[in-house]
Amino acid sequence: MSADDWRPGATLEVLRARAGLMRRIREFFDARDVLEVETPVLGHAGSSDVHLDSLSLGARTMNGDERLWLQTSPEYHMKRLLAAGSGPIFQLSRVFRDNEAGRRHNIEFTMLEWYRPGFELEALIQEVVTLIETVLDRSLPAVRLQPYRALFITHLSVDPLMDGPETLSALRALAAQHSGADTDDWSRDDCCDLLMSLVIEPLLGREGLDVVMDYPASQAALARRHIDHDGAMVAARFEVYLEGVELANGFDELTDADEQQARFEADNQARLALGKPLVEADQRLIAALRAGMPQGCGVALGVDRLVMLALGIDDIDRAMAFGTARC
Amino acid sequence: MASYSTNEFKGGLKVMLDGDPCNIVENELVKPGKGQAFNRVKLRNLMTGRTWERTFKSGESLEGADVLDIDMEYLYNDGEMWHFMRTDGSFEQFAADKKAVGDTSKWLKEQVVYTITLWNDNPISVTPPNFIELEVVETDPGLKGDTAQGGSKPATLTTGAVVRVPLFINQGETLKVDTRSGEYVSRA
Repeated sequence: MSADDWRPGATLEVLRARAGLMRRIREFFDARDVLEVETPVLGHAGSSDVHLDSLSLGARTMNGDERLWLQTSPEYHMKRLLAAGSGPIFQLSRVFRDNEAGRRHNIEFTMLEWYRPGFELEALIQEVVTLIETVLDRSLPAVRLQPYRALFITHLSVDPLMDGPETLSALRALAAQHSGADTDDWSRDDCCDLLMSLVIEPLLGREGLDVVMDYPASQAALARRHIDHDGAMVAARFEVYLEGVELANGFDELTDADEQQARFEADNQARLALGKPLVEADQRLIAALRAGMPQGCGVALGVDRLVMLALGIDDIDRAMAFGTARC
Repeated sequence: MASYSTNEFKGGLKVMLDGDPCNIVENELVKPGKGQAFNRVKLRNLMTGRTWERTFKSGESLEGADVLDIDMEYLYNDGEMWHFMRTDGSFEQFAADKKAVGDTSKWLKEQVVYTITLWNDNPISVTPPNFIELEVVETDPGLKGDTAQGGSKPATLTTGAVVRVPLFINQGETLKVDTRSGEYVSRA
């Protein structure tokens, strides 16, 4: 610890701007009759997402000693509210992801998540754009919808959705070329993730907002899958990029309880293969889906990154009062 | 030797990559929204001095490198090797070859203390102090009374290094030189 570590990472000016931004987010949803909710930061279940590491802690509850999980996103709890008939809801909450530390990552961060029962993806994308414009108080010159597949074909001359060993070896060769790593045993998704992060992402959102759509079906997470214009199975998911920064991640939400249960099990198989701890399926979420969650879309947006973009800050530590290094 | 996972990579950590010891300069996490996280790592190859950029999957690990930085006094050159002695009272001696000494050979002066990087007990690089005092053995005669800034001329120092010096400097004078830039600082 250095003598100056007690000081906040953000200036008071940034903290004031941040407060203004939070206020504008609340006004935005208030004007649209979207209900603000608060769900637990601690839950009995953690996220099953293969590439998210949950933090947990031992707690003494009325049931005795239990392991509780710090939420990586409020989505499971918010979906239970939707199934209970809440209607459109939003939340500004603290979420936690172990191992995520860097210039754009802090283990604890602020997420804006909202759900729109009855919305199609296009309507939600439009609302995300309007929210970003409102909060940043500037109009975005262009909003481009970019299919995931087309981005790879344009920038890397490879079709990531094409089946077959040639595609896999082309992806591995590209991944090796851009990382210097030995990629011989990498999966298709690992190669795609690397190329997305290192090659494509820095190019996105340079001339306005770029919305990447139709992700590979293998990267659906909690999104529904559908057939795209070219007949390929893709995930009904989008991500929003501005100035090379990923800001938001939205889904046409999966509402099928059996499919959800199957994905939890598949996630655990993948976790097992990677030597990661298993995460028990959240049976309360499954039960909520079984009771009936309305069809609709939802999206999560990184508030600290929005602060960074609003104020031209390039290190997340300077966008929040106390980042992990000084907390 | 222990191995280190990407989340332990910090500036200054010494690891093995492609058979060479490297110093980690920078480590940045990149992660697509729902996918595999990666670490973009800048490393300096301690054998060649070159900087490498590599990307690893988060959670991958590299073997630590048995690298130590030790203060040693320069003794002499035997025509092939440069000999140094530890300053901790052990008087233990090490001989560094041309590859390890590299460009530092032009700053080597007896009884001055250098930082020697040892890998598996072998010197792999020699770092001079930031400033060193050396005598001028050859330069054009000084211009009397000219102490103004502006003009400069080359001067050869006892170690063979050539630096640009002001016109008023004469042969036989001792100068303070910045070894990082190779620039004259002042008269010693």
